[in-house]
This record gives sequence, structure tokens and C-alpha cells, in this order.
Amino acid sequence: MINTSTHALKTLLWRDFTLAARNKSEWMNPLLFFIFAAVLFPLGIGPDTVILKQIAPGIIWVVALLAALLSLDTLFRADYEDGSLEQLTLSPYSFSSLILGKIAVHWLLTGLPLILLSPLLATFFHLDAAATLILMQTLLLGTPVLSLIGAIGSALTVGLKRGSMLISLLVLPLYVPVLIFGANAVSASTAGLDISGHLMLIGSLLVLAITLAPLATAAALRASIG
Amino acid sequence: MLQAITKLASLRNFYFFCGKLLPWFAWPTLILMLVGLYWGLVEAPADYQQKDSYRIIFIHVPAAWMSLFVYMVMAMSAAASLIWKTKASEVVANSCAPVGAAFTFLALATGSLWGKPMWGTWWEWDARLTSELVLLFLYLGYIALQSAFEDKRTAARATAILAIVGVVNIPIIHYSVEWWFTLHQGPTVQVLKGKQAMDTSMLIPLMIMATAFKFYFVTVLLMFSRNEVLERESHTKWVQEERERL
Repeated sequence: MINTSTHALKTLLWRDFTLAARNKSEWMNPLLFFIFAAVLFPLGIGPDTVILKQIAPGIIWVVALLAALLSLDTLFRADYEDGSLEQLTLSPYSFSSLILGKIAVHWLLTGLPLILLSPLLATFFHLDAAATLILMQTLLLGTPVLSLIGAIGSALTVGLKRGSMLISLLVLPLYVPVLIFGANAVSASTAGLDISGHLMLIGSLLVLAITLAPLATAAALRASIG
Repeated sequence: MLQAITKLASLRNFYFFCGKLLPWFAWPTLILMLVGLYWGLVEAPADYQQKDSYRIIFIHVPAAWMSLFVYMVMAMSAAASLIWKTKASEVVANSCAPVGAAFTFLALATGSLWGKPMWGTWWEWDARLTSELVLLFLYLGYIALQSAFEDKRTAARATAILAIVGVVNIPIIHYSVEWWFTLHQGPTVQVLKGKQAMDTSMLIPLMIMATAFKFYFVTVLLMFSRNEVLERESHTKWVQEERERL
């Protein structure tokens, strides 16, 4: 039984990757947004190195959060519209673990590249190598939480015609803790403080989100499908 | 017991049950509110430090307490409607949202008015203020999601899930904001902490006001619920009869 359910999960992951490879703009656009939006801040605020360094962690985190938000609308929409989501609910395998698989693919396509791109933005904001490393660590722990919580919002609004605006209203308040710990870990490290506490807190948020978010997402998708 | 509950779960019975309860909450609200306001605003002594401006506490603190309490009621009835699929609990959860948002807004607005003479600023990124603001966003998100669906039952399931997700997140948001705040600065908390050593002459009217707010909440909840039942069941015969009677 375990073998067949892992086989189902593998098939689903493979299908999602193939779809993503054939429809690149869907996951490329949020990444481009991530860079473009972050570049706007130095242009708006001015090229002062001290100020940029100070606001960099907050801005990079906020922009990462918005980029994650942008990518959420596509998470379940295509599958909802062509009916394959409904087929998934009928499958004999655990719906929430299949959903966790889909969220994992979403994170690999939007979250992971964002982390790989973050050193580029860190250079724009004159962050030193140590702070950049901390930034990447916090993003590594934090962006999966963004995908997981966002999936709930995406699932709740998937049946609505104009859901994308609504997602941000639902999800942004829930993003507050991740933002606070993520951005402040980087700020604290540049101030020379110990940040292991911050990282552990984001880590525990991640554990909590992995355990509970797929269940809530699955329930929300079932409600949306009706 | 179980039979009584399932009977109540039908919207028609729920409507008349709410109607019977209504005067038992509406009149105490009026009396408690009048007594509490008179006691708090006139009888209670002025604060030696904050003079008369502290009196806003009799609105501010009960409103802040209610803002969380209403969310808990909302989440519990949301959970009930997910588990037992009872329409009455869906109605209650929906009716909680605007009331809770109003209490949260009231707590924020009175806090801001109080902050101006005390802290010298309308807005301070204080931990409690910030988590109250996020709570207001959660309420508004709930209302936005609820109004986005055309089908009431689908809306109820979706909003119920959101309410429960929110309940899990409220303590996390609260503590994250608190820790973030303590990383930055400390002094304003002292003002808030000083209140806890409160004289009985001020504590009694505060408690009366808190009770009055609780009764007010139930009164408004019953009224909102009755309205929503009438709206949902508008096609049925008993609602038309009720409408003619009114």
C-alpha cells in the first residue's frame, strides 16, 4: 500500500514538474517581480549605503513575501478548472499528502529560486557576506512556510472568479510572524547579536505549517469543489 | 439534551429561540451600560497621574477583551458547523464577524485617542496595538471571503476553515509581535503594566462595563443571527408569515 501511495505521489510530482517546464512564465514572473520590486526601493529612497544596509533585510523579506503571494493564484487554479483536482479528491490515497506534494513542487519552483537569487539583491543593498548567508538561511526556513500558509488561502479562493486579490487579504495577516522573525534575524546578526533563537522559531513555524497547513488546504479544497 | 440541540439546529426553531432570549440580554445590557458608564465617568475618582483622561479605559479595555472573545466564539461555532454541519452555527459564526471587527476597531480607536495625551502620539508600534491591528485584518479577511461566495453553504465551509486557521495563528502572531517589540524598545509597556495595580473604585465600574459589553455582544449576535436566518430562509413559508406578522 505504501509503495502504491508513494508511486501516486511520484507521478503527481512528475506531472507538476512537466507542466511547469512547459509553462515557464507561470513561475518565472514572480521571480522577475522579486528582483524588479526590490530594485525600486533604492531608486525611491536614494543610494545611501547606510540606509540601504539598514532596511535591506526588511525590504528583501517583504518583497519575497509579495512574490510568494503573486505565485499563489496559479497553485491550484489550472487543476481546479480542468477537473484534475476533483479526480485527486476521489483517489484512494491521502488527499492531504498529495496536496503537500503539490505545495512542495510549488516551493521548489518559486521559493528555492528566490533563495538562490537573494545574494544578487543583497549586493544591491550592500549587505556583507555574513548577513547574506543569514538572509539565505532565514529564507530557506521561511519561504516554505509562505508556500504552505499561502496554499490555504489559494485553496479557499480557487472556486472564485476574482480570487487573487482576496488571497492577499486572507494570507498577509498570517504571514506576519514569519516576516518578523525572518527580517529581524538578519538585522540582529548585523548588530552582532545571537540569532539561533530566531532561526529556531522560524523552524518551529515551519514544522507547525508542514503538519497543519496540508490538512487545512485539503479541507478548503474539498469545500471549494463542493 | 441531544434532541433539544438537533431541534434547535433547524433555522426556524433557532429564529424563535433567539427571539425569546433577546429581551433577557437586551434589558440587562441597557441597565449595566448606564450604571457602568455613570459609575465610571462620574463616580470613580480621577487618576492621580492621568487625571480624567484615563476614563476611556471603561470603553477601551472591555472592547479589547471582547475583540478576542468574539473571535473565539466565532471559531467555536465555525468548528461546530464543520463538524455537525448545522446551519444555526454557520449563522452564529457569520454574525460574529462584523461585531468582532467593530469591537476591535473600537479598541484600536479608543487606544489611539488615549495614546495621544498619554504617550504623545496617535500611534505607537506597541505589541498590543499591533496584534490588535492584525486581528482586525483577520476579521476583515473573514468578512471579505464570506461575501465573495454566492452560495451560503460553500461560503460557510470556507470561512469556517479560515476562522480555525486564524485561531491557531492568533497566539503565534501575538507572541511574535510581542517579542519583536521587546527587541526594539521597552518604556511604553510600563504605562500599560501600571494599570494592573488598580484601585477597587475603578475596578468595579470596569467589571460592570465588561459585563455590559458581554451582554451587548449577545444581544447584537441574536439580532444579527435572526436577520441572517430571515435572509437565508426568505423563500420559505414561515418567513413570509413572520414578515406579515411584523
